[in-house]
Amino acid sequence: MDYVAEALNGSQLAGARLIRLLEEGDPAGVEALKKLYPHTGNAFILGLTGPPGAGKSTLTDRIIAEFRSRDLKVGVVAIDPSSPFSGGAILGDRVRMQRHATDPGVFVRSMATRGHLGGLSRTTGEAVLVLDAMGYDVILIETVGVGQDEVEVVDLAHTTAVVALPGMGDDIQAMKAGILEIGDLFIVNKADKPGADDVVKQLTVMLEMRAGSADGWQPRVLKTVAVKGEGIADTVNAFLEHRAHLERTGALAERVAERELRFFRELVKEMAADLIFGSFQGSGAYADLVERLKARQVDPYSAAETLLAGFSCRAT
Amino acid sequence: MKQRKIRILIAKPGLDGHDRGAKVIAKFLQESGYEVIYTGLHQTPEQIVNAAVQEAVDAVGISVLSGSHNYVFTEVMRLMAEKGLGDVVVFGGGTIPEDDIPELKAAGVKALFRPGTPLEEVLRFMKENVG
Ligand SMILES: Nc1nc2c(ncn2[C@@H]2O[C@H](COP(=O)(O)OP(=O)(O)O)[C@@H](O)[C@H]2O)c(=O)[nH]1
Ligand SMILES: [Mg+2]
Repeated sequence: MDYVAEALNGSQLAGARLIRLLEEGDPAGVEALKKLYPHTGNAFILGLTGPPGAGKSTLTDRIIAEFRSRDLKVGVVAIDPSSPFSGGAILGDRVRMQRHATDPGVFVRSMATRGHLGGLSRTTGEAVLVLDAMGYDVILIETVGVGQDEVEVVDLAHTTAVVALPGMGDDIQAMKAGILEIGDLFIVNKADKPGADDVVKQLTVMLEMRAGSADGWQPRVLKTVAVKGEGIADTVNAFLEHRAHLERTGALAERVAERELRFFRELVKEMAADLIFGSFQGSGAYADLVERLKARQVDPYSAAETLLAGFSCRAT
Repeated sequence: MKQRKIRILIAKPGLDGHDRGAKVIAKFLQESGYEVIYTGLHQTPEQIVNAAVQEAVDAVGISVLSGSHNYVFTEVMRLMAEKGLGDVVVFGGGTIPEDDIPELKAAGVKALFRPGTPLEEVLRFMKENVG
């Protein structure tokens, strides 16, 4: 089966198997991605982050339905944590979205963090590229939602929504640190519970104090009851307004360009390290250097310089 | 760097709301190092198989209590073949009468675990048939 051609034809089986190859670090996955790349760059990428239990998966289910009613195809990547002890995981975000499983215009892929920090899995970005190439118009990323450091999604998403919930009073204060800066949109979900308006007020005040984003977007605060589907159309409208704003101001192109450059530099670093260490495989001089380093006879800085000097001699 | 992790879908079809068995298995498999995709209750065969396609799983485990096992398993097996998942291992658990087991196995269900099966037996089955 030619996974690339089939995936471009919309085959979910082929797309899913490609994502699996990428997740396993199979070089065949990367080769496929090179061929898919010219077909990417069309999707609107949305990130949803916030504490566990805030209702991210339930919101995702409703947002899928809203985009589908506007005739847009939706891909979802939902991330849950791996157990640091067993390496296993229970990926349960799908439970809330399974009614879309029979809709060919929806593709949901669950991913485990596998030890990766930052709220995503190592291959989330690659999975998004596959879905983009397959023609999904909107791609939603649901982050793990465990801590305050879930900022990686901002690199990937065009629009990031932070989900909060009533009764978070003190937590909202704590959220100030990282989360407040990353949201283009704030969704106060579970507005059927007491205290929703307080959280909306607190967030609004705190956002007014926050320096506006460089591109002039004023973050929005919305109220939803995901279990009842309330506030969802407004939320989707706000997503689309932000997208329009990014396009109008040229910020979208800038974000995308920055991301490509950042990702390229990451790749070069990774590949350079492989190249350098690979070239010293079985080298006696290298083994000696490592022994001296381990015995603290040479400091790590000098050792690294010695190694690289040796490498550039070899390379020329 | 290559790292292969086995992915298993656990689903609960039928109208009843008892997913304790499914959850016990899911938790056990997680603790044994597997990635478990849990779909929740009331799943139709079509929902189960489409989820298996999208999640690119190695195995599908179905927990039945409702007595609709014959229909569910044959329909799942038919759809799996139709959608190109012929190489995915299907197993089941729940209150399945002894008499029905040969027919289900003939349809391609690899194993059927009845209530009270030791979890180690499930693990041994996974190791031998899935990885
Ligand atoms: N009362 C109420 N409960 C909700 C609402 N949205 C989600 N929930 C419930 O909150 C729980 C966690 O939801 P889930 O979507 O899994 O949260 P996640 O961990 O952020 O993905 C579930 O039991 C949902 O039914 C809401 O608007 N109101
Ligand atoms: Mg969730």
